[in-house]
Amino acid sequence: MERSYEKYFRQNRLPHLWCPGCGNGIVMKAIVQAIEKEGLNQDNTVIVSGIGCSSRASGYMDFDTLHTAHGRAIPFATGVKLANPELNVIVITGDGDCTAIGGNHFIHGCRRNVDLTVVLFDNNIYGMTGGQASPMTPTGKKATTAPYGSVDRPFNACDLAGAAGATYVARSTAFHVKHLTDMISGGIRNKGFSFIEAVVQCPTAYGRKNKMGSPADMLAWMRDNAVMKAAWDKMPEEQKTSEKFPIGVFLDSSYEDYGNAYEGLIQRIGGKKS
Amino acid sequence: MKSDITIKLERCKGCGICAAFCPKKVLAVDELGKIQVVNGEACIACGQCELRCPDYAIFVDKKEAAK
Repeated sequence: MERSYEKYFRQNRLPHLWCPGCGNGIVMKAIVQAIEKEGLNQDNTVIVSGIGCSSRASGYMDFDTLHTAHGRAIPFATGVKLANPELNVIVITGDGDCTAIGGNHFIHGCRRNVDLTVVLFDNNIYGMTGGQASPMTPTGKKATTAPYGSVDRPFNACDLAGAAGATYVARSTAFHVKHLTDMISGGIRNKGFSFIEAVVQCPTAYGRKNKMGSPADMLAWMRDNAVMKAAWDKMPEEQKTSEKFPIGVFLDSSYEDYGNAYEGLIQRIGGKKS
Repeated sequence: MKSDITIKLERCKGCGICAAFCPKKVLAVDELGKIQVVNGEACIACGQCELRCPDYAIFVDKKEAAK
């Protein structure tokens, strides 16, 4: 039986170009299922993406889509949202796109609390350009630019988003598909900057370099190392090894969103329309 | 067979995620690198394969019980 979410895909573009076993496809499905669940109108939803494997997703999704410059998805999306506040704007970005070249745009998007839903596909590496280390490559993990293991400390993008002022922050993985869909739904419902980090497997660049096995093995790694937030909070510190990470909603708060503040300013100083 | 398994072969890239997470060993990747049903009778229609297929190539529907 044909699935109802298929209408959100550009059928003539499938199958997508992601490698066999890449987790991006799983997250793209979770996004369209969240869109369907929240009842967003296809003609009233804009998907904005940057550059990278993850950002190819906008090309496969049947909405008004915008494939922008590297790291600049959030500024483009801010423009779309301010020009037409009726639109639902969803940003698709990757760990390199969002936290390296787009790092400043990311924190300032959070700071302004623009009403966007940002989904970061975290594959821990620059997949498309040949497996260079990204700011989210864990310490000690190998990449083509870190053949003996990365010495850098990785960003915790969720902490970064929360500290910078995002009002909804969550993390999930490609293994926890239903949980991931719920996290994205929550982000769509939140009025303000919503950030969802989706941990995905990159079997070609990251997995092969770090001997993590098949795509299924990488998903099993997520199953074994992701800990729900409630359990994580009760977990003794010595069990929180470098492999383990929490998933769930980390922050769900409210603050005036940028569109409202901007509209308020126009009302206050814009003068009367003749 | 308790389920209807639909496979869109043109989408399948043979990554083997569905076969690995199948609790009943219903699926296997064939010589051409495509997924195939090898033990359809054992399928319990849990949908684990469909849930994590990154290529939207496999769909499982529960069969209505015969009355």
